[in-house]
Formats: sequence, structure tokens, C-alpha cells
Amino acid sequence: MKSQLSYYAGRVTAGLTSRREFLGRAAALGVTAAAANTFLAQTARAQEPQMGGTIRVGMQGGATTDSLDPALAANATATAVSRLWGEPLLELAPHGGIEYKLAESYEASADAKTWTFKIRSGVEFSNGQPLTADDVLRTMERHSGEDTKSGALGIMRGISSMRTEGETFIIELDAPNADLPYLLTDYHLMIQPDGGFDDPAAGIGTGPYVMSEVDMGVRFVAEKNPNYWGDLGYADTLEYIVINDNTARVAALQSGQVDMILRVPPRTAGLIARAPGITVHQTSGPGHYVFIMHCNTAPFDNNDVRLALKYGINREEMLEKILFGYGSVGNDTPINASYPLYTEMEQRSFDPDKAKFHFDKAGDAGQILLRTSENSFPGAPDAAALFQQSLATAGISLDVEREPNDGYWSEVWNVQPFCTSYWGGRPTQDQMYSTAYLSTADWNDTRFFNEQFDQMLVAARGELDEAKRTQMYADMGKIVSDEGGLICPMFNDWVDATSDRVAGWVEDYKGFDLMNYYAPMKMWVVG
Amino acid sequence: MTPVVKLLAQRIALGLLLLFLVSILIFVGTLILPGDVAQSILGQSATPEALANLRQDLGLNEPALTRYFDWLFGVFQGDLGTALTSGQDIAESLGARFRNTLFLAFWAAIIAVPLAVFLGLLAVRYRDRWPDKLISAVTLASISLPEFLIGYLLMFFLGVKLRWFPSTAIGYRPDADVFTRLEAIALPVAVLTLVVLAHMMRMTRAAILNVMQSAYIETAELKGLSTFRVIWKHAFPNSIAPIVNVVMLNLAYLVVGVVVVEVVFVYPGMGQYLVDHVSKRDVPVVQACGLIFAAVYIGLNMLADVISILANPRLRHPK
Amino acid sequence: MRIPIAALIGLILTAFYFLMAIFAPLLAPYGMAEVVGGVWEPSSDAHLLGTDNIGRDLLSRMIYGGRTTIFIATAATILSFTTGSVLGFIAAVLGGWADQVLSRFVDLLMSIPTLIFALVVLSVMPVTVPVLILVMGLLDSTRVYRLARAVAVDIEVMDFVEAARLRGEGYRWIIFREILPNALSPLVAEMGLRFIFMVLFVSTLSFLGLGVQPPQADWGGIVKENADGIVYGIGAALYPAVAIATLAISVNLVADWVLNRTTSLKGGRG
Repeated sequence: MKSQLSYYAGRVTAGLTSRREFLGRAAALGVTAAAANTFLAQTARAQEPQMGGTIRVGMQGGATTDSLDPALAANATATAVSRLWGEPLLELAPHGGIEYKLAESYEASADAKTWTFKIRSGVEFSNGQPLTADDVLRTMERHSGEDTKSGALGIMRGISSMRTEGETFIIELDAPNADLPYLLTDYHLMIQPDGGFDDPAAGIGTGPYVMSEVDMGVRFVAEKNPNYWGDLGYADTLEYIVINDNTARVAALQSGQVDMILRVPPRTAGLIARAPGITVHQTSGPGHYVFIMHCNTAPFDNNDVRLALKYGINREEMLEKILFGYGSVGNDTPINASYPLYTEMEQRSFDPDKAKFHFDKAGDAGQILLRTSENSFPGAPDAAALFQQSLATAGISLDVEREPNDGYWSEVWNVQPFCTSYWGGRPTQDQMYSTAYLSTADWNDTRFFNEQFDQMLVAARGELDEAKRTQMYADMGKIVSDEGGLICPMFNDWVDATSDRVAGWVEDYKGFDLMNYYAPMKMWVVG
Repeated sequence: MTPVVKLLAQRIALGLLLLFLVSILIFVGTLILPGDVAQSILGQSATPEALANLRQDLGLNEPALTRYFDWLFGVFQGDLGTALTSGQDIAESLGARFRNTLFLAFWAAIIAVPLAVFLGLLAVRYRDRWPDKLISAVTLASISLPEFLIGYLLMFFLGVKLRWFPSTAIGYRPDADVFTRLEAIALPVAVLTLVVLAHMMRMTRAAILNVMQSAYIETAELKGLSTFRVIWKHAFPNSIAPIVNVVMLNLAYLVVGVVVVEVVFVYPGMGQYLVDHVSKRDVPVVQACGLIFAAVYIGLNMLADVISILANPRLRHPK
Repeated sequence: MRIPIAALIGLILTAFYFLMAIFAPLLAPYGMAEVVGGVWEPSSDAHLLGTDNIGRDLLSRMIYGGRTTIFIATAATILSFTTGSVLGFIAAVLGGWADQVLSRFVDLLMSIPTLIFALVVLSVMPVTVPVLILVMGLLDSTRVYRLARAVAVDIEVMDFVEAARLRGEGYRWIIFREILPNALSPLVAEMGLRFIFMVLFVSTLSFLGLGVQPPQADWGGIVKENADGIVYGIGAALYPAVAIATLAISVNLVADWVLNRTTSLKGGRG
């Protein structure tokens, strides 16, 4: 009851519920008006940000092999840590749109090919050096050079030239792209002194914290940056502890060893939420669990086989049993409501008759083999078993082969014709489609070659009329859903949990989990 | 004594040769592993250009033989090279991890070995009576549960519910005082003890029972010595060879095989370090870890052999 | 011959599990992979042990899982004991270079962590049940070898072996008639444990994604699949754990009994 009360109290202080309604709810819970008012006052005080203290975060995904070099960041821990000491030019705003970080402002030419960024003045790196437009230029050069190892190389490819003019940084593109600001929020693009050419893994940037202890795959400690230009960060010290084992991470939170954790297993999230002093937060995002077929490999080169498999999957059951409802049903496109310019389309549902019809129409497809592994997405082998069962009701037999976790991304994904996989999503539809559905994309992991789709994608990228652009994306979604090699049964929600030692959680934050990894900086220790 | 000295010298020389052979075997093994380091570092987000660049940078285009000998000569000079993935000095980061692993293994062994031998003696003393059966059943049950399950059970009941011990080992700092460190590893040590106890205890019991059949034990009993004294003074020393063998196997396991316990309790030991680098195909680190593990194994086995030789009166005093 | 009560319990339970494994398709109420209900349903008339993490009948899965587990573990144990003990005895009896070569080769294999070994071998070979048995059996036979050799070396210097040698008996006689009967007790004691280690090894391999293929199950795998629930009072993971434990205890009760019988066979004391 106490937790319900504090939930409503939190909504009052956040302005989501009226005071009158709160008192009504409290009365329904059997609490007197006086007690409820006192409680509300206490909550309001707890909602007041407080400075100081230490916040400890149980992270996931970190390995001893990681590096502080943001160009090589490839997991949640590395990404979250780079947010501490570094900053990009722009960042996703909490509830959609763009927030200015090291760029004070930007403007685009009418054809969306030339972009000018004004660099924030009076900002210092943690080594004392002032930030200049040259540092920005050098950073971008490091991520786009011929010999770069950066994970951001793909999104830098459309740039034809870059230069500085005084305090501004200018990008020229090969072709119009209205989404460039979104691309620059990429987590690899942390601005470093001289672009980080001398020592990319030094952990020196303009971020709100300064790294004081780094033990890869184990522990990171950061202290408040006294010279930080902005107002981010309440706690004096942040401690990120890598706890990859799901059960151990939850146990650490429950026994008070850490104050917040990310990636709570959905299976146990409902049970954890009942524990005293723990709040579970659910945030929808663009990440999706998928089954991918190569459209150019038999038997998947026959669209009837692809449709048979799409009709033969029970999305609701999978959402219920794999994600325990912590997510939403997919519709065989990589796009969901979390994307700007999203249009809803008719939901494809489980239909054994249609599956059988398409499968028979395709003729002899032979035995179909699905490859999977636990690390393609959590519960993937179980999902594969469910798929096998639902296809069986349509009279289609599916073989499942579990591959070793180790080497899955290099030996199976994007190599074998049918496997389970995961996509974290991208901030815009253009970026998602360009990354994995364009004929020429490196990660065209469904081997989807459709000229009409490619043309529409390029046209939409330069289209500045929003209504027209929305329509184009809707048409493209239809093509992928009806003809593509993607079977997308579900989008997963981010599931995080915090203890009541910290406060200040913001709901529906865009981007990654833990409020796009800003939770440790935007939350505070309750006094 | 000369034959014994000769035997011992032989064992040690062979151990060193073995170590060399192991290094080759490990090297070949790591080459066979599918996938490569560049792909593994960049993960799903690898573009072909980035891959090619990283491969070049990491020296993966050099012939394997060159890389092997470069590394081997480095090892002789105490230089294990740098990790391909993070660029850290291997000797330094590995050294810290190895010390953590030894710390955990040491305390687990300190508790488990004497306890196992004691329980084994106790089981022999009360053979076929209830203490024997109880010890047998409990140790067997503990050994048949998967390690992670024992870990989770202890974590939740002793860590989260009762709060007797920290639920994970994240409070462990190599530079903290011994008490803090021991508190942090209380639960992992408990799990490891339960895991290795049964094996050693049962072997102690079986080996002693085997010796108890001999005529000289009967003589000792006829002299009127107490049962426990007979077991301790006469039977135990003569059954030491198989016991030492099993104890060494389990000690090696405590150093080499504790990955699951390290993962479950988030302990920064060598197992986790090795697994991370295997999955990233970081060949020099895997080789270095493999070599250290092999050295531990070979060393402990050598020790077991030496103790067996010294403990066997017939080998000690050949006719 | 009277069978002691403990051994009788062990025999009955072991026989029960083995029979269950053999007649799995006849006994299981549902198919092994059939999804028949919600997630982690409590036990009911329809599902005696409830359902598992994706709604399959747990009892059926346990029965089929027992079949996989027991079959693989038994086959691998037999393989490892035959190979390991025979080679161990040969090494002890021959001595000299043969012993050195065999022992060092075994040391070589043992000194590489099993994890890496399994990873390497199973990533270049297809993961099928025969390959699993072969890999597990051979990896494990190194452990048996060491024990068998250690025991045999002690016996080998005994007077009766020397007497046999002087009589001019061949190696085969010495190994099977002199050493084997005297080495049986520690080996049998070890066999019971090795069997259980095999059961656990299958689940460790499943943990690495190298074990039996889904939707097949082994007991260790079922523990793993349902482990999430255990700490919230969902006992699904406990049933297979209890099954492993009772199998372990009953197999070892039988082993203990055999141990007693063989030691009395030696005829030392009554």
C-alpha cells in the first residue's frame, strides 16, 4: 500500500495527478487526509534534487576487453561510461527531438546538404585545455578517416567534406539528409581534445564527471567535474559496477549493494517490483527481437515461404512468454511507435490456415533450419521452440539448431540464411533502413534487394515536407512487411530498476535504457 | 635415496617440457577457434572497412609462426605482450587477476581440504553407521546441484533474505584489509567448498577403507590401539597417494575451473578474464592464461607425484 | 546373499530412473516440446509438476530430459572408465618410457582448461550426441587414468605382483587378474562420482550453448531454464535438481555396496 501511495504522490509532484485525486486515492487505500498530506509533503521534499553522495549502478555488458576509446564502444557499459567523461555535439532530447550539447546551435542549408554547427564557447576539457572547433573537426576526422576503427564509420560515410570557420564547424554532405543532427547523437562521437588522436582511450572530455578509477569489465568510478559548463550531475561520485549475471545484478540491488540496475530480466521483473524499496521502470524503445531470412537463398527466395513463416508465428504468445508483456507486438518491420514519422499499419496476426496456404503454394520448400543462440537475444532458444510449435499447428516443420554463444555474431548472424537476431534500433527511420535494408548496406542481414525501396529511401531522406515524408515511410514499411526477410514478433521495452535511496526518475526517456544512460546523472541520493 | 632423487629430477624436467608442448597446443587451439579478434571487438556493429583497418592494426596479417615465436621469446623475458583488444599490458592486468584467483582458491582450499579429510576419517571411523551415511548423502547432494544453483540459493537466502553476508563479491578490493576481503568472498568460498568437498571426502574414505583390509592394520588393532588412532597413524599414511591425487585435482579446479562462481558472484578473477578474451579472440591473452593455468596444473600434478613417491615406503626404500 | 537396505533403496531408485529413461515415450503425458499451458503454472491434475518457463509440461520434460541425461552420462562414463583405467594399468605395469609418454600426454590434455578444450573441439565438430559422448568420455578418461595409474603403481610393487611376474605371467594376466581386482574399490567409488560429474558436464556444456540441441532437454538444462524462478518460490528448477541429487545418491549407494562386496572378495579379513 505504501508503494502505491508513493506512486500516486510521485505523480502529484510530477504534475501528472491532481492533489484532489491523490487524496481520493489515499482514502480508497484507507489513509486519512491528514496522513496523506504529510506523506505528500515528504514526497515533495524527496522530489527536490539534492546534491552530493554516491550513486552505485549495476551495469551489464561490460567486459575486461573493453577500452575507454569511444570509437570502440560496443556495449552498454562502455557507452554509459563514455557519457560520464565525454559529450557529443548533440544529444537526443528526453522526450523526442534534439538537445544541444557541445553545439550551441545549428542550421542547415535549404537543400539539407550543408550544415553549420556553432561550437559552445568557454568549455574546458578535463585536462584544462579549452574546447575549440578544431577539436570537433579532428574528432570527426578520427571517426571517418580511411584507417579508422570507429563503429561510427558507417554514419560518417555520406560526408563529402568538413571544415571549421572560427567558432563554427561545417559539414558538407554528398546528398541531402534531413536527419544529420540525429546521426551526430551517435555514442561513438564523443568530442576529445585534438580528436583523441594522441591517446584515444585517455577518457578526457568535457563531460560532467571525471574518471578516477577504471578497471575494465569490473568497476568504474567517476568524480564530479568541478569545471563542468552545464548543470548535469547531482551525486559527487558515481560508481559503475559490471554485474553481467542477471540474478546477481538483481540480488545486488535488493541487498542494497547498488542503487540502480538496468536490464532486469522480464521474467522476474514483476516479482522484483513487489520487493520493498524497489521500483521497476518500463520504457518503450526501438529494440526488437527478430528472426531473419536471406531473401536470396532457397527456400527463402520464395516470398510465399517468407509469408508462410510470418503468418505462422504467434506474436502475442511470444510477447507474453519471452518478454512477459514487457514490450509490444511487432509487425515485420523494424519500425515502431517510438520513431518519428511513424504510421500504424494493419497488424499481421497468427493465422495457421494462411501459413499453410502460402507454404503449400510455394511447393516443396524442403526442411527449414533455424539457427539460434542465447546471446542473439535473451530467451532466443525458447522463442525458437515456441516458433517451432506454432508452425507445427500449421503443418510446417521447423528444425532448430542452437549455436554456441561464442562467435555467434561472426559465424552465424549475417552469414547463415535463417537465424535469430537482435536490433537495438536507431533514432530515425532513415537510419534504421539505411543500416540494414538498403540493397547496398553492409548489414543487409535479410539480403533484401528491392530497387523501388532503395529509391524511396533516398528520396525520403531529402524530402523536407513532413507529410510527404511520413507517407513515403509508411509505403516503405508496407514493402518490408510484405516482401522483406524480417520476421519481427516483438519490440522489447527497457526494464530498469531503482531503489528508494535515489529519486528523480524520468518516464518515457528516448534512447537507450537507464534514461539513455543519463539516470545516474539526472537522479539524486535521497537525504 | 638416489632413485628417488632421480625420479624427482625426471618429473621436474618433464614438467618443463610439458609446459612448452602445452604452449604449442594452446597456440594451435586458439588458431582453430572460429571467428577473429577484429570481428569480435567490433561485434555486430562492424563495417568491412573498420574490420580491415582493425585487422591490419592488430598485426593479424602476420604469419602465425612469426607471432608464436615473438610471443614465446617475450615470455622468457617476462613480457606477456599487450592485449589486442584493450592495449593493456597483459602481465600487469593478468597478475592482479591471478592474485585474486589465488586468494579465493586459497581460502576455499584451507576450509575444504582439512574438512574433507576429517569427514573422510570420520566416515571410516563410523563406517556404515549413521554418521557415515549422513556425511555421504549430504556431500553427494551438494555435489549434484549445478554450481550456479547453489550460488543463487546461498545468494538469496544468506545474502538477500538474512543479510548475513554480502550477496555478491563487488565489495572486494585487492588493496582492502583481509577482513573486508574475506567478508566479500564468504559466499563464493562456501559454494566452492560444497562443490569440491564430496569428491575429496569420498576418495579419502575409499582409499582408507582399502588399506584397512591389510594385515598390518589388523596387527595394530590387535595391539589394542583405538580405532581412530589406527586410522590416523596406520591407515591414512598408507592411502595417501590416491588422496593426494584427488586433492590436487580439486585444488587445480579451484584455480582453473571457477568461472561460473566468478560470474555468479561478480568476482574479478582469472576465469572471467579468460572467458572475455576467448570470446573476443584475444590470442595473446588466451595464451598467457592458458599457460598459467597449465603451469598450475602441471605444478600441482608434479607435487602429487612427488608426494606419492615420498609417501610410498616401497618406492622410498627399494629392495 | 542379503542386500543391505541402503543398497536396496539405491538399486530401486536407480532402476526406476533407468526404466523411466528407457520407456520415456510411453510414460510422458505430453510431448517433450509441446506448449500446453501458461508460464510456470503450479502443479495441477493436468500437469503434475506444473509447467516450465514457456509453458511446457514439466513432468514430460523431466522424463525426456532424464532419458537424454542418463543415456549420455552412462555412455560417457563407460567410455571414460574403459579407456582411462586400461591405459592407467598399462602405464603402471609397463613403467619406464611407455608410462612417461602416456602420463605426460594425459598431463598435457589435462593442463588445458576444460572450458577452452570443449570450446575448441566442439566448435570445429558438429554438436551431436555421439560427438558429445566422445568428447566428454575422452576428456574425462584423463582423470580416471591418473587415479587408475596411481592406485596400480602402489599395487604393482606389492609382493604378489612380483610373485606373478616371477611365475612368468604376461601383462594381460597381471593387469586383469592381479591389479584390477585390487584396484576396484577406489575405482568403483570414483565411478559413482564420475557419473554425476558427467550429468553436470552436460549441463555446463548447455550453459556454454554447446550441449544438447533444443527442444531436447537434459536435467541440468531444465534447471538452467527455470533458475530465474527459483528465488521467487517457483520450484520448477528444483525438480530436476532433486532428480539429479537423488540419482547421484542412489547410484553411489549402489557403488558403495559393490565396493563392500569387492573388498570382501579380496579375502583379507572376514
